[in-house]
Amino acid sequence: MYQYDSFDRQLVSERVEQFRDQVARRLRGELSEEEFLPLRLQNGIYLQLHAYMIRVAIPYGVLSSKQMRRLAYIARTYDKGYGHFTTRQNIQYNWPKLEDLPDILESLADVEMHAIQTSGNCIRNISADQLAGVAADEVTDPRPYSEILRQWSTFHPEFAHLPRKFKFALTGSEDDRAAIAFHDIGYRVVVNDKGEEGFQIFVGGGMGRTPMIAKEITPFIHRKHLLSYTESMLRVYNGYGRRDNKYKARIKILIHEMGIEEYRQRVEEDFARAKDGAMTLDDAEIDRMKAFFAPPAYEDLPATDANVDTLVAENKRFGQWLDRNVEDHKQQGYSIVALSLKTKGVAPGDVTADQMDEIARLADEYSLGIMRTTHKQNIVFPDVRKKDLPALWDELKRIALAEPNIETITDLICCPGLDYCALANARSIPVALELTEKLDDIDYLHDLGDLRLNISGCINACGHHHAGNIGILGVDKKGEEFYQITLGGSSKSDASVGKIVGPAFSADEIVPAVENVLETYTENREEEESFLDCYRRIGMAPFKERLYANN
Amino acid sequence: MRIIKGQEIVEDQWVHVEDEQPLPEGDVIISLARWQAEKDTLIGRNQGGLGVRVSPDYHAEDIADDLEHFDVVALDFPVFRDGRAYSTARLLRDRYNYEGEIRATGDVLRDQLFYMFRCGFDAFEVRADRSIDDAIKAFSEMTVTYQPATDEPLPLWRRRA
Repeated sequence: MYQYDSFDRQLVSERVEQFRDQVARRLRGELSEEEFLPLRLQNGIYLQLHAYMIRVAIPYGVLSSKQMRRLAYIARTYDKGYGHFTTRQNIQYNWPKLEDLPDILESLADVEMHAIQTSGNCIRNISADQLAGVAADEVTDPRPYSEILRQWSTFHPEFAHLPRKFKFALTGSEDDRAAIAFHDIGYRVVVNDKGEEGFQIFVGGGMGRTPMIAKEITPFIHRKHLLSYTESMLRVYNGYGRRDNKYKARIKILIHEMGIEEYRQRVEEDFARAKDGAMTLDDAEIDRMKAFFAPPAYEDLPATDANVDTLVAENKRFGQWLDRNVEDHKQQGYSIVALSLKTKGVAPGDVTADQMDEIARLADEYSLGIMRTTHKQNIVFPDVRKKDLPALWDELKRIALAEPNIETITDLICCPGLDYCALANARSIPVALELTEKLDDIDYLHDLGDLRLNISGCINACGHHHAGNIGILGVDKKGEEFYQITLGGSSKSDASVGKIVGPAFSADEIVPAVENVLETYTENREEEESFLDCYRRIGMAPFKERLYANN
Repeated sequence: MRIIKGQEIVEDQWVHVEDEQPLPEGDVIISLARWQAEKDTLIGRNQGGLGVRVSPDYHAEDIADDLEHFDVVALDFPVFRDGRAYSTARLLRDRYNYEGEIRATGDVLRDQLFYMFRCGFDAFEVRADRSIDDAIKAFSEMTVTYQPATDEPLPLWRRRA
């Protein structure tokens, strides 16, 4: 992974001191809350319903065991003993005290971490495919470019006060695991027919109250122009994005109103004058970055392992775990293992300090000391020897992170909702907990197969309900919590926005309603047809009929 | 009035003149609308320097043709969150090679000064109810910059060695 040098270290520690001074000025009353707001936001600090919340950046989801131990320490020392992994591959703490925040940032800086630009109207922490570098289907590893973009965007002076927040995602595979179509800018690393690396770039995707699928601005831009082209894209947005209405300020609205052709033309005009300048990436810099992400020294291992095969035959649960939580690695004899943070009775994405310490220990023992966080709020061990799978499975069961439910309906994405969030209309965690409680028959989950269910507690869509095959959206009806169901969303390469099925359900009705949707699917599916494929074939009507049969 | 110029606090000799007021002698800053309306007479004015005050609704290309007539371009921040003028300043410097003063006016606060400086602003009218002596500390807080901007022609990767 990327290692700080003296410049990176100095930048982060200067930032800590700057923020320490800003907090002191706030506590002395020299800064009003309104003036403090953009400063704390650019350091990842929100004021929530009950307390401040700090969101710590995990750039493109890559995390070392040393860093994970520090996250555990912070959870224990400054919070209530747990942290929450988010849909942007970050971690947030919900109960820090304002006066402790500078110390928290200093503690993070010790392990090359920070909370820079994890909130505010700036370029946010960059997300990427959690399987970057190890996925069997990958064309090019997006992490070196993610780091190049991270550095370029960090404290970019021109883009610190954009009309609205701005999110990048990168993938280097055909199979999109980073939801690039739902980002302000989505990059796919591609290789053209001359063998040159470059980017297919999409712009103007997003969720929120106006969900949009990003549109292609260029099928190929040479990698050397990555920063100049991106800067032109941001400059046009900074100059012309709407500032009169917060809800119309994201770039998706600019693209929608201006049209992708006009936007592209303005970007190309700016780029024509900016290209080949100082920001042009040279091979030396790209190679330097690629070296940080070079594959580790893998052992020469057989493709299969007899002990694993024996255990699969003997233990159905192990087989189910292999089936859902373990993926093929590009290196023979290795596997990619997902740790499910979606277990019964736990808010999706929550991890205790003790679990974090154990995860760090296991990463050292079984995954070369490195792990990844995912935008679906799980953790991945990227480099596990196949022969270690039975031992790792035992260890993960012991700390309740071996639920064999990855990409099943209970591997749900869920925002913090009204339990924490000042914006929410309804609670989302209790719905998630009730669903995982009800749907605890592993055989049934596996029979349902790939099925993404996402829950948001309000229209801001932090729980990605628009991109769920089944989406649940919390709404407020005369002071009561109600839940809408959407069907047909997907954040993969075939991205689509879910459609509302009909009137909302009460808190008591929502879980039975989801069960009705599932029954409609199992009765209508053909052979191995997934939920999404089935929905796309039969349409909304059968689901609607079942859900509203009695009305 | 005291302003920050060249990262020092100085007494300002420029006078902001409202549209309905007659122009006094000396260095004046007028609105872009007045410049556009009285351009022909203003070009011949020889009683002092001329500056123009530009709202963020106008972009660099809107004033590019007239830059040779301006000693000061004052880019206004109606609210500090409005970041359009950062791009305007950069383009005035880097694309239109404007070498006169670029001044920040309006909601100009300590914690925005460093980014403004990096984008090519070189004069700052700190908001009247804020301490200018405090604000000037903003320039020494951060010393590492990753990306090129008006103040630094090279990205960090070309300076790391």
